[in-house]
Amino acid sequence: MLDAGCFRQPYALDDSNLHRSPVALPPLDSPQWKSSLRAFAWGMSSVASTVLTLVLFATYLGIGALAHDSHFSLGWVLGSTLLVWAGPAQIILISTLGSGATAVQAAIAVTVSAIRLFPMVVSVLPLMKTPQTKRRHLVLVTHFIAVTLWVECYRLLPKVPRERRIAFTHGLGCGLVTVCMVATTLGYGLAANLPPLFAAAILLLTPLAFLLSTARNCRQISDILALVLGIALFPLVSMLHTGVDILISGVTAGTIAYGVHWWRERARA
Amino acid sequence: MSEFFGSPHSLLILVLAGFLPNEVWRMAGLWFGAGVDEGSEVLVWVRAVATAILAGVIAQILLQPPGALAGVPDGLRYGAVAAGFAVFMLTQRSIFAGVVCGEIVLLAGKWWLG
Repeated sequence: MLDAGCFRQPYALDDSNLHRSPVALPPLDSPQWKSSLRAFAWGMSSVASTVLTLVLFATYLGIGALAHDSHFSLGWVLGSTLLVWAGPAQIILISTLGSGATAVQAAIAVTVSAIRLFPMVVSVLPLMKTPQTKRRHLVLVTHFIAVTLWVECYRLLPKVPRERRIAFTHGLGCGLVTVCMVATTLGYGLAANLPPLFAAAILLLTPLAFLLSTARNCRQISDILALVLGIALFPLVSMLHTGVDILISGVTAGTIAYGVHWWRERARA
Repeated sequence: MSEFFGSPHSLLILVLAGFLPNEVWRMAGLWFGAGVDEGSEVLVWVRAVATAILAGVIAQILLQPPGALAGVPDGLRYGAVAAGFAVFMLTQRSIFAGVVCGEIVLLAGKWWLG
């Protein structure tokens, strides 16, 4: 089943393929870890140590371009990167609002896509807690949690002394947000100024990067089926023009995928 | 400034339809996380539905493309993504190789078609 170990395992298995170089963090007992500010800076510079930053960069180039071509302002899409800080939710928000859905329809689609953040938060926060940690110390860390930070925490936090992990994660989060704000601005500007051919190439980054990173994160049969059925069902459901096509195809495909998983578990038991 | 941010109304929608519905799950994890079993069946279903919704959005962008992407013929859009996926599978799931390949197919195809 899905315990924390199972969550981690797929990433642990192909770490070597996923990450360019190990981060040269100081040893756990180094005096460099005495200062929170230093820990923050180490966190921020760790952003440069992973290929996932490159994937995020490409994703947010695409989000900036998508926002431009869906007629949102630059300030609006930057605000969405800062406040929402979840690529899928931003894509869903921009494409549903941009294709004429109401705010309520968009909010429902966003919130369903965001439920996956819940188990991520639940599984990653225990890595940072000390007996002295108050809940309010964890609010900003919690806001930063999305798939990239979640993966990176499992990789990097064991190399950070426990009492500096919150400061370190703040640095990591601020670094990733900064990279993505730059990418959003660049993508927005490029979509506005590039010839159509290159603007189209930047818009294609979004479906490509999301398809591949979702496929990479597939851990069990229900995930793979959900991805395949979700893509296959949407064109059929969209012919109904309900206004909530995404929700109907998503809930249907996801439930079928879960049903298959449930049935297989039962058959095995 | 108003041009940079757009209308106050659109910012309100960003908060109400984007920020709050998303953030509520993070904060729920912070407040109630300790008591929840990470491996529960409900979460398997939730992950499947969330994945399928994202898959639907990917399909929507390809099927009803926004802006400049609409200028690319349907077959070329699907072909570029299919080629990217094939390379991703052939390279032991390298996202980078897949994305680069998909982009090259799109650019080359569009250039070749004129």
